[in-house]
Amino acid sequence: MTACALTLEQVTLSREGRAVLRGVDLAVPTGEVWALMGVSGAGKSTILRAAVALEAFDGGRIALGDVALVPGRVPPESQLHALRRRVGMVFQQHALFAHLPARDNITLAPIHTGALAPAAARDAAMRLLDALGVAHRADAYPAQLSGGEAQRVAIARALALDPPLLLMDEPTAALDPARRMALAGTLRQLAQGGRTLLITTHDLGFARAVADRVAVLSHGVVVECGPVRAVLDTPTHDATKELLRSATDPASS
Amino acid sequence: MWRTMRLPIQLAILFTAVLLSACNRSASDTATTAAAPTLRWGGDAEGGAPFVEADPGNSQIVRGFDVDIAAMIAAGLGRSPQFVQVSWPSIEQSVARGDFEVGMSGLEDRPELRARMAVSLPYFEFREVLAVRPSDTTRFRTLADLAKRRVATLGSTQAYTMLLEAQRVHGVIPVSYDDDVHPYKDLVAGRVDAVLLDHVLADRAMRRTPGFVVRAEPVAIGHYVAVFAPGQRALRDSADAVLRARLIDGTLERTFRTWGVWDDAQARYQQQLIARLATPPVDDTTAANTNANANANANAPANAGTDAAAPTARPSGAQYPSFAAYLPALLRAAAITLGISLAAMGLAMVVGGAVATGRVYGGPVLRLVLTTYVEVVRGTPVLLQLFVLYYGLSGVIRLPAMLAAMLGLGLNYAAYESEIYRSALMAIPRAQLEAARTLGLTEWQILRLVRGPQALRLALAPMTNDFVALLKDSSLVSVITVVELTKQTAIYATNSGSWVIPGFLCGAIYLCMSLPLSRLARRLEARWSI
Repeated sequence: MTACALTLEQVTLSREGRAVLRGVDLAVPTGEVWALMGVSGAGKSTILRAAVALEAFDGGRIALGDVALVPGRVPPESQLHALRRRVGMVFQQHALFAHLPARDNITLAPIHTGALAPAAARDAAMRLLDALGVAHRADAYPAQLSGGEAQRVAIARALALDPPLLLMDEPTAALDPARRMALAGTLRQLAQGGRTLLITTHDLGFARAVADRVAVLSHGVVVECGPVRAVLDTPTHDATKELLRSATDPASS
Repeated sequence: MWRTMRLPIQLAILFTAVLLSACNRSASDTATTAAAPTLRWGGDAEGGAPFVEADPGNSQIVRGFDVDIAAMIAAGLGRSPQFVQVSWPSIEQSVARGDFEVGMSGLEDRPELRARMAVSLPYFEFREVLAVRPSDTTRFRTLADLAKRRVATLGSTQAYTMLLEAQRVHGVIPVSYDDDVHPYKDLVAGRVDAVLLDHVLADRAMRRTPGFVVRAEPVAIGHYVAVFAPGQRALRDSADAVLRARLIDGTLERTFRTWGVWDDAQARYQQQLIARLATPPVDDTTAANTNANANANANAPANAGTDAAAPTARPSGAQYPSFAAYLPALLRAAAITLGISLAAMGLAMVVGGAVATGRVYGGPVLRLVLTTYVEVVRGTPVLLQLFVLYYGLSGVIRLPAMLAAMLGLGLNYAAYESEIYRSALMAIPRAQLEAARTLGLTEWQILRLVRGPQALRLALAPMTNDFVALLKDSSLVSVITVVELTKQTAIYATNSGSWVIPGFLCGAIYLCMSLPLSRLARRLEARWSI
């Protein structure tokens, strides 16, 4: 088995006395695309937030390659340089900087963290926008972008420092079905370059199209994990069955 | 002459005055039906003894030589005196409005006053005297010696007019105060180099604040008078007849002795006045026809002899300056208003930004300290803060007036700005800040590059509002001797006897300053609306 880009061992996390993660185990090998599935409130987004050190966890261990996070307080930003280089994150609502055009959203961090010179950062940003098919929107402000365009800009921003691991929170939430499939294609391309992706979603079609493997989360625990077809075609856990039922019921999608 | 301390007490006095006049009205209504009709007379008890002083236990009971003279006039007219409290600069206009029939409170005899109002015979002669520090007695003997020196006095007085003239001729720097206590305190403290005021006020200050010397030789001579509405010349003449009788029978002298303002000079003045009154009175129309240039204000029997003695900033008979004459002074004052406002706003933005940042990012102790600052500053009047900063702290740090004005307004507005910035900072979506964090930006970079710029755009409209408010609030700094636009307008209005043109001009200048700003803010908002 190849080395893991992301490993969670018995991770627990509670908010205001309520247990959100109850001992999550997860090992995402380098170069694979994983879908993290589960109903709303299962703890999918919390896993991503803990993995990028936006939220402290109470117990267990999180490792991103050779960078480990320990329970307790979130470490100061000065101790997170290695982690930031290793992982990029795309937020559900894109979270683009509203006062900056698309291109400046992408170049802001590379320039100010000293990773790239301004000119090199701009070139890299344009290459990313071009690869994602939104180069023509480089000068548009976030409020002027469509949902799909904004998401592509957000992906480009997360990739600006070329992190080997990309986390995405519900990327299909604001997309129509045609766009979802296009996005799946884009993400597969990213994976072909050797990048590891962990994507939270409750969209079965999208998961099938994009993921190598799927992990199903229920009440803060990974209850089922395996190749995407095996898990989704022959679910063994009630939570997976419930997920499949609600996905086929139009009223709940 | 009036006035001692004025603080937000001014408001309290105004309120009391309204109540008092209401009481007085009802009292006089009952009095007219019950006994002798009343003679309502207005003065300012804030001026204190020996002019008009309120009983500490009962503000409706007043005493002083002006109170005694009002009582004399009332008695002579077969009426009972009824005091109406009014702020000193407003006495003339209140008489004109008919709030009371006579105004008295150390009112100075001036040609402009005589042109507008009916004026009594000048019942008291005062000397405008210079007060200096003991070490300066040989250096500063006249106004001419005080070139480039700060000379304090009360605003809207004859002395202030003289200082403005001395500024033109000798380069003296006039400093206007709203009360007669602080000029002398600031003289002793070294904030000003001399004080020019009536000898009555100088003597009173000497007892209260020792540490300076009053030069014996007067800079000018002036007189106190009572004023009546222009249509009340008959009443004025009757009052003059009473005053004349009390002058001759020695009652006036006894009153002045009682209040400690009798001296040889006053005795000589009374003798001259009695001698002049013995000559036949000059008829108003004759005077106007035969002596129009020399004496434009010949409406009182005693005028012919006394006007020459009155200190005059302009040759008597000169026309009162048109608004064009006041415009340069108003524009200069507007520049001061704008300068103070800009400097104060700059300070408010810097300090407000720091306070807001501290409250958003700081630890519990820092947050507590900053919250306390904001609440204390917002919860107390800016007028009080200016007083404390300028006068209250003068023992510790002696701030120049302009700096104190800028600091006082700036630190006050900083509290308001900080609240605007804080809410603007809180309004930036958390996801953007988290996204910036995952990109490896530090907290400081996030504030500087992501949160701050967006917050600034949100804060722009309320900031513009605040700047316009500050522009107007800057008028408060006149209490610490800065003559800005509103104060200059008040001086103009007092001199011209009307608020119509000065008020219009002043309002127009304020609008000229505030409208372009609102326009600029709207443009920036439109540009940043994305």
